[in-house]
Amino acid sequence: MKKTIEGIGTTSLSRRKFIVGSAAAGGGLALGMQLPFGIAPADAQGARGSAESISEINAWVLVKPDDTCVIRVVRSEMGQGTLTGLAQLVAEELECDWSKVTTESPTAGQNYARKRIWGEMGTGGSRGIRTSEDYVRRGGAVARMMLVQAAADQWKVPVGECSVSNGVITHAGSNRKTTYGKVAGAAAKLTAPDPKSVQLKDPKQWKIAGKPMKRLDTADKLNGSKIFAIDLKMPGMMNAAIKACPVFGGKLVSFDESKIAGMPGVRRAVKVNDATVAVVADTWWHAKTALNALPIVWDEGQGASQSSAIIAERLKEGLTAEVAYQSRKEGDALKAIDGAAKKVEAVYSTPFLAHATMEPMNCTVKISGDKAEVWVPTQNAEASLAALSEESGLPLDKCEVYRIDLGGGFGRRGGTQDYVRQATAIAKQFSGVPIKLIWSREEDMSHDFYRPISQCSLAAGLDESGKLTALHVRISGQSINAFLNPSSVADGKDERQLQGYYEKAGDAQLGYTFPNLLMEYAMRNTHVPVGPWRGVNTNQNAVYMECFMDEAARAAGADPLEFRRALMRNHPKHLAVLNAAAEKADWGKPLPPGIHRGIAQFMGYGSYSAAVAEVSVSSEGKLKVHRMVLALNCGHAVNPNQIAAQVEGSVAYGLTATMYGECTVDKGRMVEQNFDTYQIMRLAEMPKVETVIVPTYDFWGGVGEPTICVVAPSVMNAIYAATGKPVRSLPLKNAKLV
Amino acid sequence: MAKLNINGKVRDVQVEADTPLLWVIRENVGLTGTKYGCGVAQCGACSVHINGNVMRSCSIPVGSIKAGDKIVTIEGLSATSSHPVQKAWAQLDVPQCGYCQSGQIMAAAALLNKNPNPSDKDIDDAMTNICRCGTYARIRDAVRIAAGTSRPARASAGDDSVTTA
Repeated sequence: MKKTIEGIGTTSLSRRKFIVGSAAAGGGLALGMQLPFGIAPADAQGARGSAESISEINAWVLVKPDDTCVIRVVRSEMGQGTLTGLAQLVAEELECDWSKVTTESPTAGQNYARKRIWGEMGTGGSRGIRTSEDYVRRGGAVARMMLVQAAADQWKVPVGECSVSNGVITHAGSNRKTTYGKVAGAAAKLTAPDPKSVQLKDPKQWKIAGKPMKRLDTADKLNGSKIFAIDLKMPGMMNAAIKACPVFGGKLVSFDESKIAGMPGVRRAVKVNDATVAVVADTWWHAKTALNALPIVWDEGQGASQSSAIIAERLKEGLTAEVAYQSRKEGDALKAIDGAAKKVEAVYSTPFLAHATMEPMNCTVKISGDKAEVWVPTQNAEASLAALSEESGLPLDKCEVYRIDLGGGFGRRGGTQDYVRQATAIAKQFSGVPIKLIWSREEDMSHDFYRPISQCSLAAGLDESGKLTALHVRISGQSINAFLNPSSVADGKDERQLQGYYEKAGDAQLGYTFPNLLMEYAMRNTHVPVGPWRGVNTNQNAVYMECFMDEAARAAGADPLEFRRALMRNHPKHLAVLNAAAEKADWGKPLPPGIHRGIAQFMGYGSYSAAVAEVSVSSEGKLKVHRMVLALNCGHAVNPNQIAAQVEGSVAYGLTATMYGECTVDKGRMVEQNFDTYQIMRLAEMPKVETVIVPTYDFWGGVGEPTICVVAPSVMNAIYAATGKPVRSLPLKNAKLV
Repeated sequence: MAKLNINGKVRDVQVEADTPLLWVIRENVGLTGTKYGCGVAQCGACSVHINGNVMRSCSIPVGSIKAGDKIVTIEGLSATSSHPVQKAWAQLDVPQCGYCQSGQIMAAAALLNKNPNPSDKDIDDAMTNICRCGTYARIRDAVRIAAGTSRPARASAGDDSVTTA
């Protein structure tokens, strides 16, 4: 099936149309796969032999004579373990020897040339496994069927008499055995069966998937040999340091290149775009040193008048503005609250946050004649391809993207690809020279696509018995869609900012039923660029909903867990996860003196999450998080050990945001420039984390993001339990806890 | 011109004296396992050993390195990833993205070299490098394993770090 889709991830690409093939794995004989200059796309453990010795069974599986199975993974690996998980799913259906599995990554150009045989490459929204599990498993199964068929053909026996296990094919009747490596060449010449016709295994029978396999990509992260994009070396390569106008929306007026002429290693200072200048030199340190010395004149523009205080006022106005988008209106919440026996009200706020990936933005671009290439840590190699094509002016089939594993992504390196555009603009001015652009940490902090800022007012009505009868939620804040794709939300209707509050089942459903509910969003945009940030809007929205639940429970004189349970009867999956966390954490049982519990549940990215936090607050107001229990139903658990790693990581990411994370605006620019002011949690503050995985096997949910959102509210609720004083504004570093 | 003893090999580098050691190691010597994260000695991605002490190389001018100073980078920690810290890291699958892990491993190796039996507080005090993926829990466990003071390995029977229903 052919279909036409709009764009492939970048905002300015909506006009560009791509003809794409069905995402299902097809057959296809081996095509010449050209290894890119400088670095092979294959995983470092791939150790590919010569191209002649490899047989491409289908798009997903290649087999070498020594029985090595090379599994193709097209989603980006940025630490989240998707590479290993997808390989497990293919290997499970392939019935190969897991100890002989390696991986490699097709390029975006190869995907384009083969009519998107590998489907979408974008890796965000915790979709890496859940949206490709079906076709990669079918790809593995089809390859297995072809390999077994080749053996049957060789033996001249019916294929149904052959069995396979661990990459060894057996014909019991004649007591013959062979291996995948021996029949791969013949298998590659067979016509592939229709992937849709394949019967996939019952996940309960899995032997490789579902098991806590070791990651495939650990070894070279232990000895410095893993090459990140920032580490690339190429013959003739030059390095670029860059500076964009520190005020968002400001412009570059001029720069005085003569002042850096003669500085060591400097080649040139160049205009990159209307707002940006770069210095190109032999080493990055020389480029950065000269950039620091370069006199630059900016036109800071209207944004220079903006500050955090002004932005906060604008959001506050949105909380009570007459007009707001009504997303959910069930019953008459305002009337019910007015007439309620008891009324509870609170206003919460969350700040802008930077991603602060450990590896700063960088990439290397080379433009020679009619060919453009980029070596890039990207969450969306097809968006990188589109950005390279647009900025270089070269057609897609003359562009190539060599995706390199990311030193952290968290949503920063997805559709926008600003750094690819910049490097391309520079490389156009240095024909034939590979240009490695590296952002300083300061540039990275100054020009992120920040997690959007918002405030939320909530009001609830309780009846005489303490039952919550009505809820009014009004979020006022910035919209990601309004920044990335303004026409999609021109009328202020933006469901995305209400992520986690949806009525509809599936991706981010609210786990409560209220007799009366009014859910509103007042869009209040700023001049600050915003974008996805690991868990984006579930993080803020879970804080609002779940902290308010505890305030309402206290007003009702109810236990926070029991109060929630009473509202969750129509949401058994949410409730089961909440109960799993509560049970593991011994909710209701006595704690050591000074330790207090908080609980929270929420849904996002197709998965159900809950957390119980145990904290203490000293008499000076110092917080310590001792233990966190997190429960997750992600439907299918492909690698429990890696799921636990993601949950542990989500605690660190979530706690950093809870305790410290804040980007503030002064004179139109970001104040926090580096880790001295944008504080990140350290090991000493890491609590004991216990992960409870409760898969129900009836859906596929995400893993990388869902549990972050329950970290902050469970901790904030534990603080409330400890102090009796609710915390309503993040980060906690600004709050007096006692 | 500077003479640097890195991983037991003396190298001459032609570089301005105020260049941070990190960038000399990465760009002039060509060893890229040592990473740039902040440039202000906050994150520790650039950690190396100088005469056995863990140091943040982004904030050390190469000109301040004395003749005879012995610098060890992640590439020089062991020839075959056989250092107890590297083995413990492998055992627990500590790295996620891996970008900060060279620095984490160098910090842990320096800690255990000076203090073979660190207490939990010693580990907290010594391991101050930033990890954005949030591998801290596994780093802590891996340091204990490398020190030989560990509980049973994670995700095995009796361990409560992960439970699957």
